[in-house]
Formats: sequence, structure tokens, C-alpha cells
Amino acid sequence: MANADCIVIQGSNMAEAHPVGFQWVTEAKTRGAKVFHVDPRFSRTSAVADKHVPIRAGSDIVLLGALINYVLTHEKWFKEYVVAYTNAATIVNEDFRDAEDLDGMFSGYDEQTGGYDMESWAYEPEPGTGDAAAGVGDEPAQEDGAEASTEAAGHQYGSGGPDVETHRPRRDETLQHPRTVFQILKRHYARYTPEMVRDACGISVADFEELARTITENSGRERTTCFAYAVGWTQHTVGAQYIRTATILQLLLGNMGRPGGGVMALRGHASIQGCTDIPTLFNLLPGYLPMPTVEKQDLGTYLESIASKKQKGYWAEADAYTVSLLKAWWGDAAHADNDYAYDYIPRLTGPHGTYQTVEGMIAGDVEGYFLLGQNPAVGSANGRMQRMGMSHLKWLVVRDFQLIESATWWKDGPEIATGELRTEDIETEVFFFPAANHVEKAGTFTQTQRLLQWRHQAVAPPGDAQSELQFFHELGKRIRARLADSTDPRDRPLLDLTWDYPEDEHGEPDGEAILQEINGHHLTGPDAGKLLSSYTEMKADGSTAGGCWIYTGVFADGINHAADRTPGGGDGPQTEEWGWAWPANRRILYNRASADPQGRPWSERKKLVWWDEEQGRWVGNDVPDFPVDRAPGSTPDPSLGGAAALAGDDPFIMQADGKGWLFAPKGMVDGPLPTHYEAQESPVRNPLYRQQHNPTRVTLPRKDNLSAPEPGAPGSDVYPFVFTTYRLTEHHTAGGMSRWLPYLSELQPEMFCEVSPELAAERGLEPYGWATLVSPRAAIEAKVLVTERMRPLRVGGQTVHQIGLPYHWGVGNDAVVTGDSANDLLGITLDPNVLIQGSKVGAVDIRPGRRPQGAQLLRLVEDYQRRAGLTEETGNEGVTGSHDEAGAKQATDRSERLDRGTGGEEE
Amino acid sequence: MQRLTAPDSAAVGDNPTADAHYAHPRARKGFFTDTSICIGCKACEVACKEWNRNPVDSNYELSNSSFDNSEGLGADTWRHVAFIEQDRSRIEAARESGRALVSLGMPQIRNADVPTTAGEAITTAITGAAPGPLSAAAVPPASGLPPAPELGDLDVLSSLGGGPTRPEDARAVDTTPPDTPEFRWLMSSDVCKHCTNAGCLDVCPTGALFRTEHGTVVVQDDVCNGCGTCVAGCPFGVIERRKDGIAQPKTERSAAPVTPTRPGTPEPARNVGVAQKCTLCYDRLVDDQTPACAQACPTTSIKFGEREDLVDAARERVARLHAEGRTEARLYGANPQDGVGGTGSVFLLLDEPEVYGLPPDPRVPTADLPRMYARAGIAMASMAAASALAFMLGGRK
Repeated sequence: MANADCIVIQGSNMAEAHPVGFQWVTEAKTRGAKVFHVDPRFSRTSAVADKHVPIRAGSDIVLLGALINYVLTHEKWFKEYVVAYTNAATIVNEDFRDAEDLDGMFSGYDEQTGGYDMESWAYEPEPGTGDAAAGVGDEPAQEDGAEASTEAAGHQYGSGGPDVETHRPRRDETLQHPRTVFQILKRHYARYTPEMVRDACGISVADFEELARTITENSGRERTTCFAYAVGWTQHTVGAQYIRTATILQLLLGNMGRPGGGVMALRGHASIQGCTDIPTLFNLLPGYLPMPTVEKQDLGTYLESIASKKQKGYWAEADAYTVSLLKAWWGDAAHADNDYAYDYIPRLTGPHGTYQTVEGMIAGDVEGYFLLGQNPAVGSANGRMQRMGMSHLKWLVVRDFQLIESATWWKDGPEIATGELRTEDIETEVFFFPAANHVEKAGTFTQTQRLLQWRHQAVAPPGDAQSELQFFHELGKRIRARLADSTDPRDRPLLDLTWDYPEDEHGEPDGEAILQEINGHHLTGPDAGKLLSSYTEMKADGSTAGGCWIYTGVFADGINHAADRTPGGGDGPQTEEWGWAWPANRRILYNRASADPQGRPWSERKKLVWWDEEQGRWVGNDVPDFPVDRAPGSTPDPSLGGAAALAGDDPFIMQADGKGWLFAPKGMVDGPLPTHYEAQESPVRNPLYRQQHNPTRVTLPRKDNLSAPEPGAPGSDVYPFVFTTYRLTEHHTAGGMSRWLPYLSELQPEMFCEVSPELAAERGLEPYGWATLVSPRAAIEAKVLVTERMRPLRVGGQTVHQIGLPYHWGVGNDAVVTGDSANDLLGITLDPNVLIQGSKVGAVDIRPGRRPQGAQLLRLVEDYQRRAGLTEETGNEGVTGSHDEAGAKQATDRSERLDRGTGGEEE
Repeated sequence: MQRLTAPDSAAVGDNPTADAHYAHPRARKGFFTDTSICIGCKACEVACKEWNRNPVDSNYELSNSSFDNSEGLGADTWRHVAFIEQDRSRIEAARESGRALVSLGMPQIRNADVPTTAGEAITTAITGAAPGPLSAAAVPPASGLPPAPELGDLDVLSSLGGGPTRPEDARAVDTTPPDTPEFRWLMSSDVCKHCTNAGCLDVCPTGALFRTEHGTVVVQDDVCNGCGTCVAGCPFGVIERRKDGIAQPKTERSAAPVTPTRPGTPEPARNVGVAQKCTLCYDRLVDDQTPACAQACPTTSIKFGEREDLVDAARERVARLHAEGRTEARLYGANPQDGVGGTGSVFLLLDEPEVYGLPPDPRVPTADLPRMYARAGIAMASMAAASALAFMLGGRK
């Protein structure tokens, strides 16, 4: 980021939430970079940006789409880069229908399943290649849109991409063919104009043009622009597509794979990146290999579903990564005769995301729950559902530093206060295990730049506190001891595990031994026992083992490179002697794109790697992200498959066609091109399409998860304002690491809401007085910060008031500071690709004064629900208008309820 | 024994350590706090409290001042981040006042024949009003002669290309960027100034306050008797006597022997009743470590180093911001001619000092001592004379 000439921070409050990473923005700014902050609120990030552009929460795709449109119509795209390195020239098959043709829907939608069949989005094969035969229809299970939407198929592809099946797609390098990706893109975003931005986002045409001009002036051969985002982009019902939109823009501007370019995902503290690499997610195995499903009963089927051997790029070697992983886990018990113990891995029967699990708890299907560094009673959407779910468990294990709210909800949670739960009735057995913190144990953090950094133990953990390593190693040992005599085949996976890590005198397993196992080593041959130095050494024949292919090389030559700490990172421009970045200590991914198709740097100023004709290899200031001896002009036979098939100008080596995808023929379950949909609880109609919401979003229609009515529908004025949740520098997420610390608590002691002076006047809110906020799910109270940092926006002729709510506080008696939790207000509606909740836009009412206590609080929420006429169906329509009949019935029900309920109406 | 220093004693110069008669005085250390890149993360406040084990200073309620909940410097809070929300008119006023400070300084750099009256005006402006930007160097010597041409690096406007040489021309150049924002949020981390002429040190009757070999001013906790004279002696309101408070987290995680107090019971604070303030991490400096706040600052808004270098860097930064049209930037504490002889902690501010809660014209109270002694002497002499006269006159009766 320090190399960028322009930085757009959008969907992130970087200075507050990532203050340490913000040093690179400060450095770039010192070098003259322009910094924009696009955000609903004027935050500490805005304060140090060159310009703050207020935006209506949930309208980012309109703005980004308009920037794409601006780049295309003003001919600002980087022509050589786009033609050579993206799929702009690829022709899409003739069955494809765009959202522009179908008023917000793409072809292939199935109303029954609420998902898309992606068949019509596929590339058109080159005539006469015989490729069509290998195309669609071969893998019916994977083609099924329904399965995709229920299993979060998009995320399963991780850093790679799905197979495109058409291995020799038809191209038109002139980009003139109407079905080229380029022309489709042009048509798709043609109506995303500056005026549309004004009407949908509340951004003036002048501000838009300044942003567009600055970005385009700072892109091209000589200059680069980067985007930085965080959960302000991801936590939407169409969140994954926000990032896709930015990717398209950056590809068009030639800002990918180059210094100072890119779309920076600002991951959380301190190892959120690490816990997707070696995942804590239900649908991934280490290294972004998908979790097997019940349909994929043997290794062959499973591997085929990841990548075809015939496709280009490194995913074609998924068999080597998978077999090495299985060998690392099960050692000698994994061999060719038993599919390398593939059957030891449990199979997914459906979505098992965190919110489905909570539903399962309430339904009584989930008996036990481990919470490790997580405080869902405060930190997850719809806090009441989280706590009620836990009250149905048989046992709950909480491992944390403090008695967080998720460990104490049974005695002093909000539901105890309202009388919904009584301590004596709760049968959940809660176990609390004190955890060692990061200075009390050794190990790695993988931060947002994919950098593994080793931390050494500074002090011994106090009392009974243990590291996660020790806890799980011990747990595994005890379970295995219990099962030692078992002959039940279902116990084999546990008993055959390689579970023999060396321990120190305190019983702490050696973290370096585990990192070595992750790195992998040769099992047979002359190098047997030697650590692998690169994932390209992994084999599918069981001769190598490795716990996470993308981490291979971190322990190359027996050196823990995560612990490399040359001050300043060494003399190299990429500071490569500080920590170790996966893969292969490469600091910038896809850096082949930093050179032109002939292998020369696009410019001296932005050079990174280039082709050295004399040496016959790629050289430069970073580890080249390309087959190192593949000459720029080479055109190998695509049917070779894998890395061997990559042409000299295929920089995106993980994609099945080696190109950057402007158009995603597969992999995104909600459409091949990002399209603006309104949030689940938006105050305005979709200004672009009849289709209001993402038709494939995952809804949880439940009585305890109601949604506000559609804009304009009866009752929509009951929750007239938008709230958005966020973090403060002073606190850490749900507060487990900050609200127990006096030094941090005193800096932000109380839950507050941020409102504009206009809204405060409209609702009679006193500065620093109390306010009550009521959403369709809950009511909370907060102190009021009246500030010009919140600005009402004019959107499509109406004024939209946005209310800011930090989410750090929770109800309990143990923390130094407590307060109501903003997450109680949120409902659960999920992005279909990754199953993340939309937590940045919600509907709410605000009124002066504190909230009622006890059962009165429930009555307040119910009164609001009744006035708005909420039912489980409200707001949960898939295709807009499809529930017209149901809607009519709903209205009748509502009026009936209103008739009955008038007596209980508030005031 | 402390020596009283006169504020205008240029001989003391920028390094008061010489004055403290150290056998091996070190270069004067200080902070340069560049508020233009502060992100208000308060890491400095927390790092300071952690290192110095200072008590909590809060009733855990919002302090009704934007995101500022620690309110100000005191016995328990040695770094404090101010948050100031401003609208456009205030930004424009700040740009104008900053520009005026620079414009006044310009002619003497380019023109040797600047009228004496202008020189006097500058002296007044700099010493009498806010210690303005570039003031340390822009101030002419007492003779009124223009400063030496080596100050060319301060020539802000020349970097704009053919800059004007007269004040009126300087004002004619529109350096306001086209995008003066509608709103801004200032953040600034305040700290003890470690003055060249330190009021607290001057008035301390016990010698608990002393000038270190690094030129900083530090309280010796075990010598201070809590008389509080220094509290009134500080023109910035920094030093304070400690009341009480807790320094321990509610759940004690340390593996140290269990204290006899019940868990959750506040520990007695250290140094209760004793004057407390920033030591510029004296205990870290003796080990060549960076002070905790500067170490923790993620954006290098707080810079630590030799004061001379820091002042140079600060001037460069102001010049650069002015060249960008951000004429609201100015320095605070860099001027050796101000009421405290300049400060060890130098600040780059984006508005008048008052906006940040800093005194515009800090003045060490002992500055008036010679005059007070002189007047007292005159008064005594007059009294003596009057008495003598009375006796003489009475004698005649």
C-alpha cells in the first residue's frame, strides 16, 4: 500500500480498526498519494483522508459499478493489460441473459430452490476443438444451483477458482463481438451513471467525478491505485459481489499484480487470515481445499470436483495437495489402497455455518458447543437467538481470558432480566477454561498480507490457563486413550491420527514441530525425512506429506522462516526477510501482471518482476508468481493441463483459464456480474431493477428473526432509520479482550449511538443523554453522540438518516464496562456465497430516554412488531413480486392482528 | 540546588542540560508530535499508562467531549488525545491565521532591506502571540537584523515556484486547495512540554524535580513531599498531585504471588499525594529505549529523538504542508524566544493552540522574578528611605 499513488478505503474504517496497518497509508500519503474514504460515517479514517465521501450504507455496488462505467465510457481502461490478462475478449455462450435483460435477474434462476443454474453463464468453446463435449452436463451434482446455494459453494473455491470446463474458449481480441465479456460488461453497467450514484448513494455528481478522475489519473503504466476494504463490504447479503465489483474495476485499470495496486482485504486481528488458511470454517479444509460432501464418496470424484486435470493453473494439482494433507493427518494409515484415508474425513450433509448451527441448537439438534475466543452472546448477529440457542445445549465449553457474556448469560444475560429464561430452568452445563494469551504461548499469526510471523513465549500462562495447542493435544490424547481398545471402525480416524507432538516440561506441544508438519516433508525416496521447500514438490502418490500446501516452504531448509526478523525486512524492496508470506514468500500475488505481455515492466516506476532474456527466467524484486522459466511468448498446448498449460501471458495462474475474471462464468452463486440489490432492510426501492434484494440470499424466516417491511409497504414507517454497526479502536470486537481491562475501558466506557444534529432535532434526542433503539428483533439503549460526522443523505427524493452503533458492549456483571449490545438489533440474513450475515444495514426507530426494564422491554418490541405487521414472510421474498398472492394474505393477517392489538399500542 | 533561569537567557539556548552542570550532558531529547497524521487511536495513552503503571483516571462514563474520555493531562494521564470537531468556517479561519503567521516571516528571508518596524512587528507577533510556525528560526536577533540566509529551507513559498517576496503578495497567492472540507476532526496527543525554562522545576522547594542529562524534567517520587508548588508553577497545567485510583485489571493475570487483597479489589495506587507527570520515560532513556508512547504510535505521529533534529523535521513538515496549501499548519514550542524558552516537546498544530486547550502564550512564572525582585528592592529601599526620613524628620521634632 505504501507504493500506491491513490488509495480508496471503502467498506473499512481502517485507521480505527487496523491502526497498525494504517502506517502504510500514512507512508503512501507522505509520498504524495491521495486517500479517499468512502463511508456512511465520518470516522477517524476520514479525518486523515484527503477526502471523505459519505455514502448510503449498502449502495456500494452502484458507486463501484458507476466507476466501471466511467472507466469504460471515458476510455480510461488499460487496453493492453485488459486484452492480454483478463477474460474481456472471451465470448460467453448465447443462452446467457444479463440482469439488464431480466430486470435484476440472470438467466438460470430456479424459483423452487432460490438458486441459479450456472450453465448459461459458461464460455462459448472455440468451434472445432471438441471441447464442448467435455463441457456442461458432465458433473450434474456440481452444476446444481440449489446445491451451490445451500453449501456456500462460492467460498469453497477459496483462492483458486472453479473449473470453467471450456478449456479453449472462443475469443475476439478486438472486443467487438456483442457476446464478448467486454461488451456484456459495458451493457451491464451502462445505467450505473453519476446521476444514479447521486440518487442511490447520496453522493453528489461533483464528488463522484472527483473520485473517478483521481482514480483514473492514478492508474495505468506509471501509476497505481489500490482499494482497501474490510467487513463494511463483506457483511452484506450481496457482500462477496462488492469485492468482485472492485476486482473488475481494478482489472480494467490494470491495478492487479502490481506494486501499489490490488484490492486489499483487511482481515481481523490477529490471525483471521490464518484461520481461513488453516480453517475454522465448516466448508473448507486447509489450503482452501473444499470440505467433502456426502455426494463425493470417493477421492476421485472429490478431486474432479475441485479441478479438472485438463484446466490451466495450479489447482490442477489439487490431488497432490489433498493426498499430502491426508498423509500428514493419518500417516501410514493413509495409502493408495484406501484412497489415502479419504473416508476418514466427515462429509457435509448441508450447510453447517454458525447461524444454521444456532438454529440447530434451538431445535435441539446440537448438543454441545465449543467457544474458542468467540463471544457470540455479544458479537454475533441476533444476540437473543445466540443466547437462546446456548440455553438448549447440554454442554458448553468456553475458552477465554475472562468470564465473557457467552459464559455468564445463564445468570445475568438480558433474557434473565426479561424473564424469558430462568437460571434454575437452564440445563446447559457450562465449562470455563482459562486461555493463555498471545504473549503466554509461542506460535504464528498470519496477518492480512498473508505474512506468517512467529511469536515467542514471553511469560508462562497464569494458573490453569493453557494454550489452544495444549488443550487440544491433551483432549485428543484423552479421547484416544478412552478409545484405545475400540474395534468400532468409526473410531479409526481418531486412533490413526498422527498425534505425537513433542511436549515441554509443562505439557506444551512444540509449535515448531506442528509448523514443520504443516510445511510438509518427503516420506520416501532419497530425500525422505527432508522438509519440503515448495508446494510444487508435493506428489499425489503418497510420497510426500504436508498439512497445508500454501504454507509449504515456511520451514524450507529446516529454518523457521516465520521467525525471520531482519530489521526493516532486509535490503530488498519487498522486505522479504521479515516473516514469511504464503505462497513461497511471495509478497504480491499474480505479479506476472506487473510486466507487459512481452515480459518488460509496464514502467520503470512500477517494475516488480520481469523476464530476463539472458538467464531465460523471470527475475525481479519479488518471488515471481509464474512458472519461472515460462517465456512471455510461449503458447503451450492448453490440453496439457495444470501449470504446464499456462501461456506466457496467463498471469492469473490459479484461474482455470489463466485470466483475470471480469465475468465469472462459475463460482459466484448469485450472478456472473455484480449487480446492485438493496439490503434486507433498506429504506428505499432498488433504483435500478424491479428485483429488490439478492434473489439468492439465504433467509431465516423465523419468529425470532423478523425483518422490517419492504420500503413503501404498510408498516415500513415503523422502523424509519438505517443503523450500521462498527468497531472502535479502543475495544476489541465483542469486548473479551478490552472491556475487562480498565485502561481500555476508560477510553470508551459506555455504549453510544452516533446521530446527526438533524435527526437529534427531529426525535428530540439530547446530546449525551439516553436513547432507545428498536429494531424488528430487539430494543437497546445507548448514550447519544450528536455529531456532524453523521450526515443525513438525500436519496431518490427522500432523506435517509443513518445511525452509527459500535457493537462492543454486552449485558453482564463481570466486565469493567457493560452495556446493551448492538448485535441484538441485527437480524440474520446471509450472503449466499459465504453465508456471512448482513450487519451493516438494519432498520430501526430511535426515541429519547432509557428502555423499559424486565418484561416491559418485550412488550415494547412486540408493540413495534404489531404496528409494522411483521410476519415470518415479511421482507423474505426471493424474487420481488413473486409473493404477491402471499403478500395479500399477509396484509389481511396484519390488519386482523392490528384490530386485536390496538389496545396494547405503545402510548 | 536549582538555578533560576531567566526566560530570555539565550545563553541557555536549546539545551538546558548545560545549565544543569552535568559532567557529560547528552543531546537534548524531546518529542515532535505531528498532529496532522494522528489517527486518534490512543495507543500512546495506553502504552504510557502500562509502562508507568499509572492508575485509571475515570468514572467509566462518557465525558461529553467527542471521542475524548480522558479529558486532559493530569497526575494519572500523561498522554492525552484531544478530539475537536470543526466546520468549514473554522477550517478557513485556521488556514488564514496560519498563513498570516508565515507571511509575516517571509520578507526578511528574501529582502535584507526589510524595515525595522516590520522586524519589530514580527518579534511581537512571535513572542507576544502564539509561538507560530517557523518561529524559532524566523525570529530576528535582538538587533533587529534579518536572520541569516541559511534559513532558506524555510522559504515555504519559494517551493511554489517564483513565490512572492512581499507580505501583501504572499497573501495574494491562493494556496487554499480547491477541496477545503466541510468538516474536520482534529486529533492531537498532548504531553508534558519539558520546557527549556521549566516553571515546575524553578519553584520546587525540595529539589524533587530535576533536569536530567537528556534535558528533560523529572519528578523524584521519593523526594517530593507533595507541597504542590509546582502545580501552580506549570503554565500548561500539566503537573498534578496524585489522588488515588486503581492500576490493576479487574482479573489479575500476572503469575506473581497472589496479593492478599480479594480479587477485584482495587490495589492502592503508587505515589499517592506526590506530584506526577510525564518523565519522557526516563527509565527507558537510560537504556537507550524509545519512550513508550512514541514506540506505540502506529503512524509516527509521535516522534522521539534529539530535539534539534526534531525541530528541523518539524519545520520541513510545516513548509511542505504550506506548499500543499494547508496553511493552517504551525509549530508550537519550537520558538526559544517564547515565554518558556521553547519546549522539549514540539507540536505541529492545525489550528490556534487554544483550540487544542494549549495556552497561546505560555510564560514561566519565574520569568517575572528579576522584575519582582527589582521592584521589591525598590520598595524595600523606599521603605527604608521613608523610615530613615521619618526618623530624621522625627528627630528634628
